[in-house]
Amino acid sequence: MNWLRSNLFNNVFNSSVTVLLGTLLLYALTQAWGWAIGQAVWVADAEQCHAARGTGACWGVVAEKYRIIIFGRYPFEEQWRPLLATLLLMALLLASCMRVFWQRWFAAVWVVVLTVFFILMHGGVLGLATVTTDQWGGLPLTILLASMSVLGAFPLGILLALGRMSDLPVIRSLCTVYIELIRGVPLISVLFMASFLFPLFMPEGTSIDVLVRVLVAMVLFAAAYLAEVIRGGLQAIPRGQYEAAVSLGMGYWLMQRKIILPQALATVVPGIMNNFISTFKDTSLVTIVSLYELTGSLDLAVNSDPDWMAYKLEGYLFIALIYFVFCFSLSRYSQWVERQVNRGKVH
Amino acid sequence: MSDYMIEFAKVNKWYGNHFHVLRDIDLQVRRGERIVICGPSGSGKSTLIRCINRLEAHQQGTVTVDGLELSDDVKVLHEVRRKVGMVFQQFNLFPHLTVLENLTLAPIHVNKLPKAEAEERAMLQLQRVQIAEQAHKYPLQLSGGQQQRVAIARTLCLTPQILLFDEPTSALDPEMIKEVLDVMTELAEQGITMLCVTHEMGFAKSVADRVIFMDQGQIVEENNPHDFFNRPRSERTQAFLAKILAH
Ligand SMILES: Nc1ncnc2c1ncn2[C@@H]1O[C@H](COP(=O)(O)OP(=O)(O)O)[C@@H](O)[C@H]1O
Ligand SMILES: [Mg+2]
Repeated sequence: MNWLRSNLFNNVFNSSVTVLLGTLLLYALTQAWGWAIGQAVWVADAEQCHAARGTGACWGVVAEKYRIIIFGRYPFEEQWRPLLATLLLMALLLASCMRVFWQRWFAAVWVVVLTVFFILMHGGVLGLATVTTDQWGGLPLTILLASMSVLGAFPLGILLALGRMSDLPVIRSLCTVYIELIRGVPLISVLFMASFLFPLFMPEGTSIDVLVRVLVAMVLFAAAYLAEVIRGGLQAIPRGQYEAAVSLGMGYWLMQRKIILPQALATVVPGIMNNFISTFKDTSLVTIVSLYELTGSLDLAVNSDPDWMAYKLEGYLFIALIYFVFCFSLSRYSQWVERQVNRGKVH
Repeated sequence: MSDYMIEFAKVNKWYGNHFHVLRDIDLQVRRGERIVICGPSGSGKSTLIRCINRLEAHQQGTVTVDGLELSDDVKVLHEVRRKVGMVFQQFNLFPHLTVLENLTLAPIHVNKLPKAEAEERAMLQLQRVQIAEQAHKYPLQLSGGQQQRVAIARTLCLTPQILLFDEPTSALDPEMIKEVLDVMTELAEQGITMLCVTHEMGFAKSVADRVIFMDQGQIVEENNPHDFFNRPRSERTQAFLAKILAH
């Protein structure tokens, strides 16, 4: 009450602004509520949806099309496979976030889970029908692209950052040129090159899977940005840390691994997580090269069906919710990591 | 091979192209000798001792450590750095590691000691500097004097034959200076070769075999502590001592 009085109603001007904004906010909220909840149609009934147009949302589009939105062009009868594969991959990612699993043997778990993921998705063995990667789509593809890009970009970003700080002029210029080049172009053009230009340079008859090419492009792109974030952390490390390490007889890699990088990375956890979150959302751009991840599969689901074409907005809100859940979790996780790495810093 | 532990012969060093920081340094340090280096700020004291473990590289002349001539040869460098321990003004402990981890990191990963043995040795060194009860704290949870004693213990874990101190007490509050000097005095009595940049003249008088005075990149004067303090020969030394001892 006191807070209200001293912050929102402390003079005539502030009071009237508060009342005005409050009224607007209330109006907007009731309108939104009416559209999204009150007047909304929840069943997959095109007639009802049509009747409610303009006043209520049609969530029926989600009920009708969720299989395509979530799994894209993956054959309908086989969709238990991406479901199982995605659950496995998510479990692996969740576990990797926990301290108890930060062990060497967990790398083996990664290899096993990724192999199982690939077998389930691709099939061709164990009596599973083959589903080529151009048919993969929806959420499984989004999660696969995001996690693999992050997994690849992190070590590459570290190497690039170290390279850019190196005493060796050749390595330093190579890394600098690479980083500036990649940062100078949009992701879309890198994706285009990976998917259309790159095959032109390949010998006749050979081809690399489009998914792999796109993944490599995303890794190369994300790594350049990550490298700059990490370089910021490296610059925060006082010279004395290097000198102490060197005078204790440590070589370059040992020093980086045990002394410099742990401290440098700890100072830039928010920046790194920021990068991971953008990478996650950047996966939506691969639609442009005909990979139907979550955003692409939504188009696929509604664009071709005149009955439901009108309710794309509802579909977008639905996948926005999915993106939000993932990105918000990442951001909460980032705060936890920050607390973990700052434990030694208490005075 | 000479019986000198450290030998500078006609050493010159420049920072950049123009700043001549060490000028014709000739210095021989005997095995087990304890040397105090003093001189005005910016006279090149830190640079001089940092040339011994090649934190800085010299451009002319030779620096020999226990018979090994310093060069860019990484093998030689590694050998030399195993023999030479260094204690810094700003301690330079690793803040993300506990005190014990600070002490065991190099023994485990550089000297390939088993972890248990490294920890056992580390605890012995911590007892020696009277700080064993802090083994599991993080450096920033300790006082400056305690941190510097940890830093000393850290270099001792590698059993160095030479110890370099670069103004080890300059960053400390006055009440903590003595606890660090006591540890250094104890070390000096063990027969380890010591080069110590310091303005603690009491320490110099009671511990040093030889005091060296540097100014503008040159060794201006060296003598045993008694004669150095009572009969300084050069005018620059006299002026410096007058300033230091006035405090
Ligand atoms: N890395 C460096 N680059 C350029 N100049 C330096 C560097 N380190 C020290 N100097 C300069 O060299 C001189 C001697 O430095 P130093 O050896 O630290 O002196 P002291 O330890 O006696 O105070 C000072 O003038 C200092 O500014
Ligand atoms: Mg100095």
